[in-house]
Amino acid sequence: MNVLIYLVPMALGLGLAGLFAFLWALKSGQYSDVDGAAVRMLSDDDLEK
Amino acid sequence: MPEVLDLSLYAKPAGNGTLGMELAVDGIACGACIARIEGAVKRLPGVTEARLNYTNRRLHVSWTDGAAEPAQILQALEDSGYHGHPFVPQRAEQAEAAEARRLTRCLAVAGFAAMNIMLLSVSVWSGNVTDITPETRDFFHWASALIALPAAAYAGRPFFTSAWRAIKSRALNMDVPISLGVILALGMSVVETANHAEHAYFDSAIMLLFFLLIGRTLDHAMRRKTRAIAGNLAALKAETAHRFAGDELVSVPVAALKAGDRLLVKPGERVPADGIVLGGNSQIDESLITGETARRKVTSGTTIYAGSMNYSGALTLKVTAAGGAALIDEIEKLLDKAASAKSRAMRLADRASRIYAPLVHATAALTFVGWLAAGATVHDALVTAIAVLIITCPCALALAIPAVQVVASGALFRANVILNTGDAIERLAEVDTVIFDKTGTLTLPEPRATGVASLDPELLQMAARLALSSRHPLAVALAREAQTRAPFDGAVEEPGQGVRALVDRVDARLGSAEFCGVVQPAAGEIGLSTIYFARGARVIAIAISQTLRPDAVNVVKALAHFGLDVRILSGDRDEAVAPIASALGIAYWQGGLKPADKIALIESLKANGRRVLMVGDGLNDAPALAAAHVSLSPISAADVTQAQADAVFLGERLKPVLDAVAISRRARGLMTENLWLAVIYNAIAVPIAIAGAVTPLIAALAMSGSSLLVTLNALRARRA
Repeated sequence: MNVLIYLVPMALGLGLAGLFAFLWALKSGQYSDVDGAAVRMLSDDDLEK
Repeated sequence: MPEVLDLSLYAKPAGNGTLGMELAVDGIACGACIARIEGAVKRLPGVTEARLNYTNRRLHVSWTDGAAEPAQILQALEDSGYHGHPFVPQRAEQAEAAEARRLTRCLAVAGFAAMNIMLLSVSVWSGNVTDITPETRDFFHWASALIALPAAAYAGRPFFTSAWRAIKSRALNMDVPISLGVILALGMSVVETANHAEHAYFDSAIMLLFFLLIGRTLDHAMRRKTRAIAGNLAALKAETAHRFAGDELVSVPVAALKAGDRLLVKPGERVPADGIVLGGNSQIDESLITGETARRKVTSGTTIYAGSMNYSGALTLKVTAAGGAALIDEIEKLLDKAASAKSRAMRLADRASRIYAPLVHATAALTFVGWLAAGATVHDALVTAIAVLIITCPCALALAIPAVQVVASGALFRANVILNTGDAIERLAEVDTVIFDKTGTLTLPEPRATGVASLDPELLQMAARLALSSRHPLAVALAREAQTRAPFDGAVEEPGQGVRALVDRVDARLGSAEFCGVVQPAAGEIGLSTIYFARGARVIAIAISQTLRPDAVNVVKALAHFGLDVRILSGDRDEAVAPIASALGIAYWQGGLKPADKIALIESLKANGRRVLMVGDGLNDAPALAAAHVSLSPISAADVTQAQADAVFLGERLKPVLDAVAISRRARGLMTENLWLAVIYNAIAVPIAIAGAVTPLIAALAMSGSSLLVTLNALRARRA
């Protein structure tokens, strides 16, 4: 079962990476307008420019 | 020369020589509006950024200082078909935003920890019944501890600080048993792990925090959403005042007014601030302040109050008190008295935790003593006692009420009721008496034309179209009847008289009796104004009066059907209240009441054990709203009054009042039901824990099962 010695920390590391990604997204305001994000992707006004 | 609109009050420096402003925007219907609004604003020269938040309907604009004017931004919005108004975010709103981010961060940490610990725990549980070696188990337990301890220290702070505050003030709330349970569970688990034990409760402690944080975050998010919408409505309602700058007029937002400013109040406008009339003669409608529908004559020297409607002539006004500071002394004193006398109803959750917390702690203590007496070692007795604390940790109990609250405030929101206070739902459910104010509450806030069915439809339509050219309140009321919104060309308004225009080359006039050449005007009834329309030789008289909200009769009937005692207390004269009361079938009514009289009547009802819901909009109702058990006011209400109300309802209809009571009653029923579910869960789980048979697996199943059950039950509050 020696494989666990590095498998468990690896799993934890991946989990932590996810956590920090979420905290970063939260801090950069990506959750301040969730309804807007859902409809903005349908807008194609960037094509005109 | 067009008047300049000065909105510099709202523009805030944003660094790099740019200014920024937040606007509440009305009329956003779909996703396409985002591009339209942002596009329209960005096309303005000097604008560097325009970003619309679709969730809370707010637009953030920044522009280079001097290159654009705030008024142009408003105009650009108006031109593209949206109404916007700048606003300053309330400090409470900013504090709540910070709190929401803190809760979300805690939730993220707790969620990460719960998932990873559960991964390790499931391995241990399955290993325990197969062939896990003690070394591997210890490794897994230590790994769990490594995740759980920092995570709990971070994610548990909202609970720990609240519990500590409660203990310091010698009180108990739900957070006390929660914090105690979490800390003891973690402490015991560390000790057990150090002793190579088979069971550790890291998963239970963290899962508990995770579930509770979900409930708390949702509750917070819902309250924040309703508050943002209420803030937008207030910003959009804000009016502008015409201030004299030397001899010229400048439009400024009411929030920018200061005592000593000189203002012009045109006919058809609301008085923006309390003040003394310097010049001009007019009649004003003070129904928003006193409930009185008859108009008062004002001339120079008269004191007038913010919220009055100016009818006939332009007034010059010197501001004595601006904005929110404007309050009639009498009302202010009464408000203070009513607020201090108000017995804060104890919230259901607090009552439950006051019984629950001591009971749980006593049970745990008895378990410890009992096992000691039965001959168990101190270690075993302690482990069993802590297991009791963990299993009784009020996961379901602490979710039982917030979950219902979240779902019910969502349902209220869809029914056009916006909550100002958190516990309004519980208090609304207890109501047995409903007291309505008359003017602006049972009746529509603006007067309407009545008896139009008996008039010649052709003449009526002409009169209504002609009315579109005037800002006089009576003309505005009549203009609602117009089927085409196109005013006649060349309509001329004669101040204080009426409007005239050539309609198909025949002179048509709308206005007072003399203006229309009527020799014998109809005898005036109380609360009824008559406006005349003449075209050639044909003359009609149109009655304009306060009319009931369209569904008032049905709503009052339905409230009575609910077993509620419905009454009217009005500041208006008896002759004006009587017909309304009889139309609604309300037997108990009183007119001519001063604010103090209204409070006295509410107090006497309260002394008889009644729980009163007060619905009112006038400034004179504000003390009564504060004195009542719970209060509602329409969105058209005076600002001071709205601030006192527990909830605000939108729209022309009275139905939100009925819905508010119905949804709250249902929610209250579900809250009680959820509390009983939590009690039943404990009744089953506690004996198992006392017997010492609880393993971490049982604890995990019991906790998540009971939390899921109460949450699903709470979802039933969606239906009214």
